[in-house]
Amino acid sequence: MTDQHIATQDNDHHDHDSHHGPAKGWRRWLFTTNHKDIGTLYLTLSFILMFVAGTMALLVRTELFEPGKVLLNPEFFNQMTTFHGLIMVFGVIMPAMAGLANWMIPMMIGAQDMALPRLNNWSFWLLPFAFTMLMSTFLMSGNAPDFGWTFYAPLSTTYAPKSTDFFIFSVHLMGLSSILAALNIVVTIFNMRAPAMTWMKLPMFVWSWLVTAFLLLAVMPVLAGCVTMMLMDRHFGTSFFNAAGGGDPVLFQHVFWFFGHPEVYILILPGFGVISSIIPTFSRKPLFGYHAMVYATVIIALLGLVVWVHHMFTTGAPMDAQLFFMYATMLISVPTGIKVFNWTATIFKGSLSFETPMLFALGFLVMFTIGGLSGLMISLVPSDYQYRDSYFIVAHFHYVLVSGSLFTIIAAVYYWLPKWTGRMYSERLGQWHFWLTTIGMNVTFMPMHFLGLAGMPRRIPDYALQFTDFNQICTVGAFIFGFAQLIFLYIVVMSCFSKRFPAATSQVWEGAHGLEWTIPSPAPYHTFETPPDLATVNAAAPQLE
Amino acid sequence: MSNHQKSHKRLTLILVCGVLLMFGFAYMLVPLYKLICQKEGINGRSGATASSMAGLSIDTTRTIKVTFLTTLHQHLPFTFKPVKPFLLIHPGERKLIYFYAENKTGHDMTVQAVPSITPGDAARFLKKTECFCFTQQYFFKGEKADMPVYFFVDPAIPSSIKEITLSYTLFDVGDFLKKQQHFTKGRIDL
Ligand SMILES: [Cu+2]
Repeated sequence: MTDQHIATQDNDHHDHDSHHGPAKGWRRWLFTTNHKDIGTLYLTLSFILMFVAGTMALLVRTELFEPGKVLLNPEFFNQMTTFHGLIMVFGVIMPAMAGLANWMIPMMIGAQDMALPRLNNWSFWLLPFAFTMLMSTFLMSGNAPDFGWTFYAPLSTTYAPKSTDFFIFSVHLMGLSSILAALNIVVTIFNMRAPAMTWMKLPMFVWSWLVTAFLLLAVMPVLAGCVTMMLMDRHFGTSFFNAAGGGDPVLFQHVFWFFGHPEVYILILPGFGVISSIIPTFSRKPLFGYHAMVYATVIIALLGLVVWVHHMFTTGAPMDAQLFFMYATMLISVPTGIKVFNWTATIFKGSLSFETPMLFALGFLVMFTIGGLSGLMISLVPSDYQYRDSYFIVAHFHYVLVSGSLFTIIAAVYYWLPKWTGRMYSERLGQWHFWLTTIGMNVTFMPMHFLGLAGMPRRIPDYALQFTDFNQICTVGAFIFGFAQLIFLYIVVMSCFSKRFPAATSQVWEGAHGLEWTIPSPAPYHTFETPPDLATVNAAAPQLE
Repeated sequence: MSNHQKSHKRLTLILVCGVLLMFGFAYMLVPLYKLICQKEGINGRSGATASSMAGLSIDTTRTIKVTFLTTLHQHLPFTFKPVKPFLLIHPGERKLIYFYAENKTGHDMTVQAVPSITPGDAARFLKKTECFCFTQQYFFKGEKADMPVYFFVDPAIPSSIKEITLSYTLFDVGDFLKKQQHFTKGRIDL
């Protein structure tokens, strides 16, 4: 009664909310079809799982502090490395990127919501069930899945613990969730753009996600096929991967990596989009080479589909095949290099300022390049024979996934948090978070390059005495890196719930361009119910100049 | 608005078809892989079927050392080894080698040997006209036998290859029994 009275009195968007605003209590979150709510749900789930999988990583690092047994027995160590990888990939990075997509894509293209809102609700709510099912394997008799996140057959078929069936079904659910999310994103970008928003005015984040969504649609079904074959081998007497029945375990690796290599681009491409938003803002210059960035993204995705054998150079492929996959892999560094150079050119002669999102973006630029270069090293067949399955590989993929995907997600959260919550975050704590994370990350993963080159194998709970010093450095770094994320948690919680920090303007960042900055902070529950006009869209797309 | 909904439905339908197609593609990879392996000889697959050596002449200027290797899968209680560790062979020449096997499991058993050839580039040039690995082999409790392989090296083999390893892994195939039971063609029972 009073609410209505006030609402009719002042004529702004609060009026709106009281008519069809969010439902109250838990029902709001369970039944929501609002893209912002679903984005928040994705990001929250990802945040929780980051601490779960991070704790597992710290257990692994504790075990590796000294040779011999420190804390975990080998079976449990294997379960920890398996779950750390699985949860970080499927539970942290992918849902976080999906959360960013849900929040930002409609606001960036001037749409009022995602195209298929009910499907959107379902694609999120599959995930908590998938991860509950996966985690429940710890409570079962016998081992939880312990064959590494790549679950190679026959480790995951003939020799796998009984709980593997739960793992298989949870991968099915995660795959279904990703496919539905990707479907929704493609339909949204194709059909829901504001009439004035033509393809070459789309922000890079939207372009990157469009390409990512197509990659997801192409390879997640193959992952589903892969685990289905595992299930059939385990229970229905087939032998896709069993040599005794005429199958071949190497076939597993082909099917898995046909999904697995594009997967790494699924994890990184949305991050490229985030960086292409942040660097221009804090350089106060339009993105350098917008068109080249779009084409480079598409080319990376296409090449990414035909390089999977570089994960299998030592399985006995013919020489010609090895050469083809080696050159194709090296070729990917060309479009990736174009991107890195374009970001650098955007910074060049810019009027720079170093707020937390920019720091994480710059950290990404430097460290992702390190990961890219070590990637080039392992793309060479003869070097790969030496580096394979060593800590060099662990160092490489953590440089690309931590400083690539994770840093871009953190940068994105700092960048858009004021838009989501309507409050600034603590810049001083943000700077602390950045420096501790960056130092911790490098202290953890840099020494692993040298451990790998010296011959330390991955996925083993024990090691030879001469590796002790460097492993101890890694473990110390991991704890700095891990505990620094508690600062992040504190910052985000404070920005969401505390009134201590100043309210954000709708512009938030001085140099920011894009439709999302034309709406108030916090973003109202419903935005762009009438699409923005040509002038607004053009003003928001600085790459046109 | 309803126009919008219609085009959502159409695009969704197209994408769902694409997804189903890719799921099918995962299964298509199985025959595709077998085909490519047979053509390229990957993992000794070309060695799993009989080849003919019609029209080949012997190249006596070259000699290749073929080494034999045996492995028992999962500690299968069998004795399984070649009667000679290696043979010297001219390209185009056919040779015979026996592998000795003895069933020590204490009961009847069906086994099959799965071949593999290294280096990978030699695989499609080492060919067999007859091999105990083409079929499953039935062994009575305590049975001993010599099992034959007739093989030759295709003269088209690159001159850089001087040594080839032919390796067999013996699997218990009790869970995957084929129709032709008690198959023992060419075997010398001892
Ligand atoms: Cu790869």
